[in-house]
Amino acid sequence: MTGMRGLSVFISDIRNCQNKEAERLRVDKELGNIRTCFKNEKVLTPYKKKKYVWKMLYIHMLGYDVDFGHMEAVSLISAPKYPEKQVGYIVTSCLLNENNDFLKLAINTVRNDIIGRNETFQCLALTLVGNIGGRDFSESLAPDVQKLLISSSCRPLVRKKAALCLLRLFRKNPDAVNVDGWADRMAQLLDERDIGVLTSSTSLLVALVSNNHEAYSSCLPKCVKILERLSRNQDVPQEYTYYGIPSPWLQVKAMRALQYFPTIEDPSTRKALFEVLQRILMGTDVVKNVNKNNASHAVLFEALSLVMHLDAEKEMMSQCVALLGKFISVREPNIRYLGLENMTRMLMITDVQDIIKKHQSQIITSLKDPDISIRRRALDLLYGMCDVSNAKDIVEELLQYLSTAEFSMREELSLKAAILAEKFAPDLSWYVDVILQLIDKAGDFVSDDIWFRVVQFVTNNEDLQPYAASKAREYLDKIAIHETMVKVSAYILGEYGHLLARQPGCSASELFNILHEKLPTVSTPTIPILLSTYAKLLMHTQPPDPELQKKIWAVFKKYESCIDVEIQQRAVEYFELSKKGAAFMDVLAEMPKFPERQSSLIKKAEDVEDTADQSAIKLRAQQQPSNALVLAEPQPVNGAPSPLKVPIVSGSTQDPDSVARSLSQPNGTIGNIDPQIPSPDLLSDLLGPLAIEAAPEAVSTDQHGPIGAEGVPEEVDGSAIVPVEEQTNSTELIGNIAERFHALCLKDSGVLYEDSHVQIGIKAEWRGHHGRLVLFMGNKNTSPLTSVQALILPPAHLKLDLSPVPDTIPPRAQVQSPLEVMNIRPSRDVAVLDFSYKFGTNMVNAKLRIPATLNKFLQPLQLTSEEFFPQWRALSGPPLKLQEVVRGVRPLALPEMANLFNSFHVTVCPGLDPNPNNLVASTTFYSESTGAMLCLARIETDPADRTQLRMTVGSGDPSLTFELKEFIKEQLITIPMGSRAIVPAAGSGPAQPVAQPPSPATLADDPGALLAGLL
Amino acid sequence: MTCLIMLASGIHFVLLVSRQGKVRLTKWYSPYAQKERSKVIRELSGVILNRGPKLCNFVEWRGYKVVYKRYASLYFCMCIDQEDNELEVLEIIHHYVEILDRYFGSVCELDLIFNFHKAYYILDELLIAGELQESSKKTVARIISAQDQLVEVAKEEASSISNIIAQATK
Repeated sequence: MTGMRGLSVFISDIRNCQNKEAERLRVDKELGNIRTCFKNEKVLTPYKKKKYVWKMLYIHMLGYDVDFGHMEAVSLISAPKYPEKQVGYIVTSCLLNENNDFLKLAINTVRNDIIGRNETFQCLALTLVGNIGGRDFSESLAPDVQKLLISSSCRPLVRKKAALCLLRLFRKNPDAVNVDGWADRMAQLLDERDIGVLTSSTSLLVALVSNNHEAYSSCLPKCVKILERLSRNQDVPQEYTYYGIPSPWLQVKAMRALQYFPTIEDPSTRKALFEVLQRILMGTDVVKNVNKNNASHAVLFEALSLVMHLDAEKEMMSQCVALLGKFISVREPNIRYLGLENMTRMLMITDVQDIIKKHQSQIITSLKDPDISIRRRALDLLYGMCDVSNAKDIVEELLQYLSTAEFSMREELSLKAAILAEKFAPDLSWYVDVILQLIDKAGDFVSDDIWFRVVQFVTNNEDLQPYAASKAREYLDKIAIHETMVKVSAYILGEYGHLLARQPGCSASELFNILHEKLPTVSTPTIPILLSTYAKLLMHTQPPDPELQKKIWAVFKKYESCIDVEIQQRAVEYFELSKKGAAFMDVLAEMPKFPERQSSLIKKAEDVEDTADQSAIKLRAQQQPSNALVLAEPQPVNGAPSPLKVPIVSGSTQDPDSVARSLSQPNGTIGNIDPQIPSPDLLSDLLGPLAIEAAPEAVSTDQHGPIGAEGVPEEVDGSAIVPVEEQTNSTELIGNIAERFHALCLKDSGVLYEDSHVQIGIKAEWRGHHGRLVLFMGNKNTSPLTSVQALILPPAHLKLDLSPVPDTIPPRAQVQSPLEVMNIRPSRDVAVLDFSYKFGTNMVNAKLRIPATLNKFLQPLQLTSEEFFPQWRALSGPPLKLQEVVRGVRPLALPEMANLFNSFHVTVCPGLDPNPNNLVASTTFYSESTGAMLCLARIETDPADRTQLRMTVGSGDPSLTFELKEFIKEQLITIPMGSRAIVPAAGSGPAQPVAQPPSPATLADDPGALLAGLL
Repeated sequence: MTCLIMLASGIHFVLLVSRQGKVRLTKWYSPYAQKERSKVIRELSGVILNRGPKLCNFVEWRGYKVVYKRYASLYFCMCIDQEDNELEVLEIIHHYVEILDRYFGSVCELDLIFNFHKAYYILDELLIAGELQESSKKTVARIISAQDQLVEVAKEEASSISNIIAQATK
């Protein structure tokens, strides 16, 4: 380093440090030294100042915090001499980022350098602004930079910097470039002969057309001209050819710009372009020189995407597919990677899929490549090209790969394999095989959804049951099996193990022995499943096997006083039940068929469909537990009519003795249970309160003990003891809570909850990311409501502040309680109001969703096509723009769908989409983290099948895009008028001591819960 | 109208890191706070340094792509968006290396350690706003040598002035 000895010495010292600690000490010493110099020496010589700021940059580069001296660096910018100025500019642009306040101080100096006469100073200033200029710079400097770019007196040296500087300013603030005046200038710039200036200008053009291609349509033929000039190698100076290729970068840029124009109308321009493209497609050979190869293929791949974009003639397309087919089989890893990547993009074009399938074995080879980047591409491509015809091969390859795949890919791999298996399974036994293998090989990544699904299929298909049972039995012979395998095999063997009875090793007692071996290795949530299985095994043993009975009873006895309520309950109840003989058989009869329901897995699959983007799966997976926050409606109190009497266990209030007592009561306890197997609908309604430990059911505080804990006799006892007039105490729900909530999602005032004693109304005002709600709680009675409590369980993305609610609501009075809401970031989670009160001796508790849903933070916005399309195109793809094919949509005529969209503030912009079957819509979303953000959506419907559509949603924030997409999907799929009366409270709400994280879906699907439900 | 939609953003950052994980140059075109910068460097060097030879030059990372190439003991990395042209960026890296090589005369890691400021000057003539500014090696070489000359001239001036002062104060 010329003459800067101190700096060289410092660098040497750092290099000589033996370890990180020594380095830190040396750095700290130097920082202390610099700090003292900056502080004490009033007038530093330019040399010293330079030396110190270079040291600062070096230290910063090593990764240490340099939180002082920024002022000194910035002040060098205004030095009169070049050497200081140069250092000031470069260190400032490395040390600070665009949000730093010190930069604002420098704007004037920078501007003076830009408009001054000194060319070298201009260059320094343009470079700094181009690299770290933010919005402030954009507002004050854009006109000056534009002037330099088009000035005839400026040398190319300055102009090419001005072009890229303007590009930066435009990115920071698209209004900085006034379209009206600039489009013609831009076209003129493309006539430039100097290739340096032309390259920079073309980069600028790419940004401009991505925002608004219509305004720059005069640039289209110019881009084609540039390509012609380069591809014919006309007027290209030697220094601008790179390994014999006329500026590959400029070729790529020009083709990139062309991809932002929807089509090329002018026939002669189109013809000229296709000639160029044809030459590139045909004339690119693989050569030995790596750099030449890379450069020519950079151009070739860009040409391929331009051809795909233009949807060229069939002949040219098949040429592209042929080329890609060649690429995916070459050894050169870069080309193979890009071949796989582009083939995945090509899948979007429907009529090439069959040709792509021909390359399947080649693609599978890449799945075994040593390079993870290539394996990822191959996986994406296989996932994208899978259908019924090749699912078996592809899924089996994925399973095979799973055994050797690195940890970081296993989750994605298992999920994809499971999705494909379910979507394209040629037969069900194959499906069962695949999922069991999946659990065996990657149990950690097989979510509960997946094994629940297996159980549903097996339950609903008799032919499958013996097969599944024998498979499950086989896996139990393995030495170490995953806990999920224990769960699924225990469940299946409990239900269908008796079908294997004649096979060796499959007698009930053998099944018990092998399952019971696993018990010490499993965690708490699995034990109840095992207990249920034991009970079922016992029930199926005919004639009874006293030996087995003894063993199983011992297990039940052991868990009778288990601290886990679920285990305790099952142990106690099964033990008592198993003494009941015939009744036992009824209760433990085979599970009824599951109602058809959409697979949550397929839902996941649809999330990832068409995007081929892993982040969507992940995002979804992370969010699932929190989405489970759903309300529970209060249970009817004191024996209000209920379709089927079932014992309800209310968490810790459970007293094992009372259950035992009630169960052993002679007056036909069990016999009272409706022996009929409930219909599926009934069943799913009943699942709710049974499956959860802390269901907010009403608990009567009188001396009867926990309601329902005594099961059926309670009705008899209750009616005998409670005086007749007390019956009016019972709380009756008025209206459907879910319906009320859904109605309030779309309007701002109405009733949130009503029962025979209380009515809660809500009124809301929304502004930006703030909301102000008022809760009106009215007592309908002539006596007071006491112990009134209203707690808010906020989701992570909302800040909620509820004013205190009085403890007592006087008779016939109404109290108001304002609730302030602030939206921090996009999320579909919902806040819950935990409301409880006491009326007479009855404690009533309800968990109510608060209608502060995502759509409340949307503000309608109608865009014109000039506004819409540039923004739309600027969103290039995942994660900002996500696309998904949604199936199972509630069929709606287009105007109805438009009304639905408008009702949640996503404004349909009529006439923007030329296809009458499509809708485009826009809205503005408000949250603290995103600010006001534009969101765009496009729905493509299929007039022949109204139950499916393709939707694309975009915004400037990946999580917003994802959440909004999911939100819209929910609106399209769900039928808000759900008739379900009881939905379990569940999820991550802090107030709930829930052992497992249940979601409504998993609860309803949990076979263990179902089993308990029949007791 | 509020509009915060991001346009295609070019190269997000450039990172030079040695085989031992020592950082030799960083240049950030997208705004990263200091903390994020350190995190990115740590994460990415972990990913890239562990890749074996003869693999492709692309790594998928946090939804972005990192194009990298190893020259002797140094890894040159550039981070771009998913849909950008990887090979084009790979050759920007090579272009940069060739210019460095020409400037230093068969460049080695030591040159870049002790003359890291030169590496920055040269990069600034190659890229602005994360986009390629100049694809002619000759032009870049000309500009850099003109800059060197400016600095030399200023130094001579300064020393002649100090000579004059020295003379005068003798």
